[in-house]
Amino acid sequence: MTIALQKYVEADAVPVVPSATIVALDPPRPSFVQARLIPAAKEWAARIVPPIITIGALLIVWQILCMKPGATLPSPSRIWVDAKDLITDPFFVAGPQDIGLGWRILTSLQRVAIGFGLAAVVGILLGALVGQSVWAMRGLDPIFQVLRTVPPLAWLPIALAAFRDSRPSAIFVIFITSIWPIIINTAVGIRNIPQDYRNVAAVVRLNQLEFFWKIMIPSAAPYIFTGLRIGIGLSWLAIVAAEMLTGGVGIGFFIWDAWNSSRLSDIIIALVYIGLVGFVLDRIVAFISNIATRGAQAS
Amino acid sequence: MAYLKVDHVDKVFSRGNRETEVLKDIQLTVEKGEYVSIIGHSGCGKSTLLNIIAGLTNATQGCVLLENQEVNSPGPDRAVVFQNHSLLPWLSSYDNVRLGVDKVFGKTKSRAERHDWVMHNLDLVQMGHAKDKRPSEISGGMKQRIGIARALAMEPKVLLLDEPFGALDALTRAHLQDSVMALHQKLGNTVMMITHDVDEAVLLSDRIVMMTNGPSARIGEVLEVPLPRPRKRLELAANATYLKCRQRVLEFLYERHRYVEAA
Repeated sequence: MTIALQKYVEADAVPVVPSATIVALDPPRPSFVQARLIPAAKEWAARIVPPIITIGALLIVWQILCMKPGATLPSPSRIWVDAKDLITDPFFVAGPQDIGLGWRILTSLQRVAIGFGLAAVVGILLGALVGQSVWAMRGLDPIFQVLRTVPPLAWLPIALAAFRDSRPSAIFVIFITSIWPIIINTAVGIRNIPQDYRNVAAVVRLNQLEFFWKIMIPSAAPYIFTGLRIGIGLSWLAIVAAEMLTGGVGIGFFIWDAWNSSRLSDIIIALVYIGLVGFVLDRIVAFISNIATRGAQAS
Repeated sequence: MAYLKVDHVDKVFSRGNRETEVLKDIQLTVEKGEYVSIIGHSGCGKSTLLNIIAGLTNATQGCVLLENQEVNSPGPDRAVVFQNHSLLPWLSSYDNVRLGVDKVFGKTKSRAERHDWVMHNLDLVQMGHAKDKRPSEISGGMKQRIGIARALAMEPKVLLLDEPFGALDALTRAHLQDSVMALHQKLGNTVMMITHDVDEAVLLSDRIVMMTNGPSARIGEVLEVPLPRPRKRLELAANATYLKCRQRVLEFLYERHRYVEAA
């Protein structure tokens, strides 16, 4: 109270200064680089640095282990020297059997696309049948449960005998490998359609086809995509094995061919390619699944 | 002749060799434009009765007649508003309503007419502004409004409401009850509503059907609510007729047919 009073007195004593213009200074505005670019770069670096360090460490350990004379596997530096053309240019063509790994991957991918595409269509339809009809489930489920445990390559001789050609045989192996998880997951998804949705469909009187497209597929989509994701992974596993046996242009045959001519470095490069492509395939299906099933979860 | 007639309906559920009689000898007639509520304790089979009328469940004995035609399969002439809204989560509000409209009026109305009809019904429940929203993006009361719009848009002969406000908070519920009352006033629908809320039943209904406890639930009593329409919630709070009706239902539910826990 006293302080306020004092101030008032003082203020009164001081002659009033004729109005001084006040220049408002803008607070220092962070530039675009400071505000956006640097945090973004930091975020990016935080994600990218750890994998670089671990990969680098792995390569160094590998290098040390395989540098000794008498090492059975090539070291990273050795691979770089041996297979530089394969690493730097995936799409060269130097002869009918001497082509870049990119081309071989594309050939394999084409087979996977056909085999997996067929498996997706047939698998979803069969899964819908098994999920919808108790009779079909009781009749078909035991068969599915037994057949799905058969390893992919065990189908190959039968396929070769049936098709008398290696190309459709490889595709058939992809198909038969990837179809089981699609069938089983679709069936589970269909069985889990809430009774509410079935009631709605019944009141509106949707026919079988409309029910399939408008209720079953969207409602079971999360399950179906789980099946598709497992399926695409399995089919990529199977294609390499199938191609090793059937020959031709694919990445699987390339590995077998390299092994027969003792080009170990080429094999390791091929493995990296296969791993990366498998990873990308999985991501693509996951991405499509995220878009397609947006909002499919009941709230 | 009655518009909707439930004729000597029995319902027995059998699981394995155990049989449970849920409904026994239900007889009920509903006139055109009437608002009838069915009230009873939980587990008394009132939802089963509604499902039988909707055609979602079949009666073990007896039948349901709508305009003297027997009905035993579900159809848009007996549209249901489900308790938990049952909107398809992957469709927008508009598409949820449109699904039924396309199916019911696919042959009789043009594309543009169907669009207008969907919008008209969304506007009836004051949901025109949310037509592009998915069910997950709107509140519980709004979802139920869309559910009502979906049912109304099928132009049902009888509108079946299965505890339509049960999952809503008290304020939203009151608001929605007023909306349903206004819609009934405006459109003159025949409505059958399942409820376990005494005030709701008295406020909305022309007649209240009280069911005894299961198993073998019967219709215990039917009460006429002789209140003039339009009814105002606030004015009725002190209305003698309203209070008397309310008292009757309460007596039935809590004195004569007290809920027996896990009987």
